[in-house]
Amino acid sequence: MVNLLSVKDLKIGATVYPPGEKPHDIEIVKGVSFDLEPGMVLGLIGESGAGKSTIGLSAMAYGRGGVKITGGEVWLNDRDILKGGVRGLRALRGAEVTYVAQSAAAAFNPAKKLMEQIVEATLEHGRASRSEAEARAVELFRKLGLPNPETFGERYPHQVSGGQLQRAMTALALCPQPDLVIFDEPTTALDVTTQIDVLSAIKEAIRDTGVAALYITHDLAVVAQVSDHIMVLRHGEMVEYGTTDHIINTPQEEYTQALVSVRSIEHEEKAPAGDPLLKVDGVTARYRGTNFDVLKNINVELYQGQTLALVGESGSGKSTMARAITGLLEPTQGSIHFAGRTLSHYLANRSKEDLRELQMIYQMADVAMNPRQTVGTIIGRPLEFYFGLTGAEKRKRIIELLDEIELGEGFMDRYPAELSGGQKQRVCIARALAAKPKLIICDEVTSALDPLVADGILKLLLNLQKIENVAYLFITHDIATVRAIADSIAVMYQGNVVRYGQKSQVLSPPFDDYTDLLLSSVPEMELGWLERVVSSRKMVSAGN
Amino acid sequence: MHPVILLIAQRIALGLLLLLASSALIFAGTQILPGDVAQAILGQSATPEALENLRRDLGLNDPALTRYFNWLFGAIQGDLGTALTNGKDIAESMGYRLKNTLFLAACAAIVSVPLAIFLGLLAVRYHGRWPDKAISGVTLASISVPEFLIGYIVVYFIAVKLGMFSPLAMVNDSMSFWDKLNAVALPVLVLTLVVLAHMMRMTRAAILNVMQSAYIETAELKGLSSFKIIYRHAFPNAIAPIVNVVMLNLAYLVVGVVVIEVVFVYPGMGQYLVDHVSKRDVPVVQACGLIFAAVYIGMNMIADIVSILANPRLRHPK
Repeated sequence: MVNLLSVKDLKIGATVYPPGEKPHDIEIVKGVSFDLEPGMVLGLIGESGAGKSTIGLSAMAYGRGGVKITGGEVWLNDRDILKGGVRGLRALRGAEVTYVAQSAAAAFNPAKKLMEQIVEATLEHGRASRSEAEARAVELFRKLGLPNPETFGERYPHQVSGGQLQRAMTALALCPQPDLVIFDEPTTALDVTTQIDVLSAIKEAIRDTGVAALYITHDLAVVAQVSDHIMVLRHGEMVEYGTTDHIINTPQEEYTQALVSVRSIEHEEKAPAGDPLLKVDGVTARYRGTNFDVLKNINVELYQGQTLALVGESGSGKSTMARAITGLLEPTQGSIHFAGRTLSHYLANRSKEDLRELQMIYQMADVAMNPRQTVGTIIGRPLEFYFGLTGAEKRKRIIELLDEIELGEGFMDRYPAELSGGQKQRVCIARALAAKPKLIICDEVTSALDPLVADGILKLLLNLQKIENVAYLFITHDIATVRAIADSIAVMYQGNVVRYGQKSQVLSPPFDDYTDLLLSSVPEMELGWLERVVSSRKMVSAGN
Repeated sequence: MHPVILLIAQRIALGLLLLLASSALIFAGTQILPGDVAQAILGQSATPEALENLRRDLGLNDPALTRYFNWLFGAIQGDLGTALTNGKDIAESMGYRLKNTLFLAACAAIVSVPLAIFLGLLAVRYHGRWPDKAISGVTLASISVPEFLIGYIVVYFIAVKLGMFSPLAMVNDSMSFWDKLNAVALPVLVLTLVVLAHMMRMTRAAILNVMQSAYIETAELKGLSSFKIIYRHAFPNAIAPIVNVVMLNLAYLVVGVVVIEVVFVYPGMGQYLVDHVSKRDVPVVQACGLIFAAVYIGMNMIADIVSILANPRLRHPK
């Protein structure tokens, strides 16, 4: 069979401007080749920096920022698109090849109605008349399970939810009836319960239209559900290529095996002992100027040296809980007890000791650090502020902390920009530890990291817990992370704790409806998982 | 009620409040000047009796607050008082001047606003290349030269050397519209050069800012041409900052053209104000201040309202 897309020895480079060094060229993709037959789906998988998005976009001969294709050939429908010139590329983009971006919320123009944006490329390339294109879009809305397909297109992007926007983006990509669609992490930004709906909608749409696709993701379990073949990438090179079955069940390369077996941390839960370190007692809270409670009568406890995981989707109130505990949002009712004393609701009334014993680590390590301070300054600041350490004493302690987070003295004079994502998060952990806290609130600390890097961070946190006997309040939407780290779990939904207890108890049946939905939505590294879950849900809803 | 109507009503109320506050400031400002109107009218050699009589006639012995409210209510009804120097009704003589100033400002705006936005779009289209640099260079040079100097340069080269247009922008009611346009051509040219750079650079910056957005990439990947991407996808999202700077410059065209009017001997508000400041004609100065404040506040209010209306989140709430 003749290939739709044929990439031969593709090389992609970019110019980088590292601080304090001369700008120089680096190679992002180092000679990758693959073929794609019509109607097939190829999954591109790898960590960030593996070059997977860059390779995907090369099928449209597009380079983000300063990225340039420096060598090789990209054949689409029997012509080398790299030799087509600007006009040739314009004729191809949005017509033969279309693109689904990671964040549909950002990829739609906020000033224009959805329908106008969805049919734009189809009209621009003369692939259908306006009425035809709109009819096609409505049909796609229906197929993708969007509400009120007839009028959905009349809305503006901000008027629909994130999951709906991601489906609308898929409609945008399919409307011109392209030969190839590039899906770039289309479900990564969604909640796990939304992800499963979008994923099955995308899969059905691909099957019904017979379009070929490149499916880019860092989540092997997700890509296993939709693709026929998988290519594993690392540092811009192909590690392994094969059928999905082959990659999932009999991976040959060590790196692929690591990806498949990721999240296998074993953690024995600890039983509650002594008095609770943190006791959240009937806390209700709302944001100023609103009349809607985002936290409703929350009661949870956390013991010294243990981990309580707060699980839930975005908007469930888990980060608000962290704000209430840290004093950034005053509860309207209830009280928070910590280390035998009652914490003031107001941050300004809390003692320095209260502040010191309660530290925080954030999701986005890059924005949680001052980019103009060195790692040493960043970690040294709490040492100075809480313990008055200076000079050699401070330096000694900084080095101790750097050793604890497995980075070492050599990192002291580096700037955040010179660190990888995982290293940045480690520095944030060291900064929190520097205050010698009793409790660290970890707000989605591994969500922005690649699976293998996240694993390393979780192992480090568990290890530090043993050494320092520190407690973690671990906020996450990821069940696998919870399994790996928690002693007790509180499942949150719409401001309520719907299920709370020891890990073994919370994660074993019988489940309440929401926890069941949440647990069964987590993609499993197994062929046919998506169909199995979707059809069992259909049976349940038919039975009702 | 639609939340946008509420927002706009709030904005208008705020504008009126601001205008009231500035009227108080203008009045207070003219009160703390040394000497008073009676002194100004009668001169240094006036006898104390004559001064006292005149003060009584003009109502200057009333408390300041009473005089302020009398002035304010008069102004609201369109009565700005009479000029001390010639005894004419201020509203009447200023009406003619204001009309001329607005005519000049409108002509300058009609030329400069579309030109600035077009050049801004062009600069974005060729961002970092020679057309961008040329546009930025020329407009920056023209804003850096003081406006009176540009005025004289223009008069020298275009009116004197080339013999085109009149160096004096004298207009009167008996002139035809075409003659008037001919007369204001040079001041319009100078004003355009003065305001162009600011508007063009803000348009360029606002659109460049939007060009970083993910939806611009979406548009590029739809295969749209650069100009379509800029005017269909970037421009609608850059309207708010562009309107703001345009309004600021329009306000400047009305209240800031004193120097240009003097250079071209144009019978507008600026000339009128300068004349009466030098003659210490306080009621006229107050009236001019009030009109200028109203124009400034009004223009900014329009900019805010357009910004509110340009925001789809406010126009179409969930």
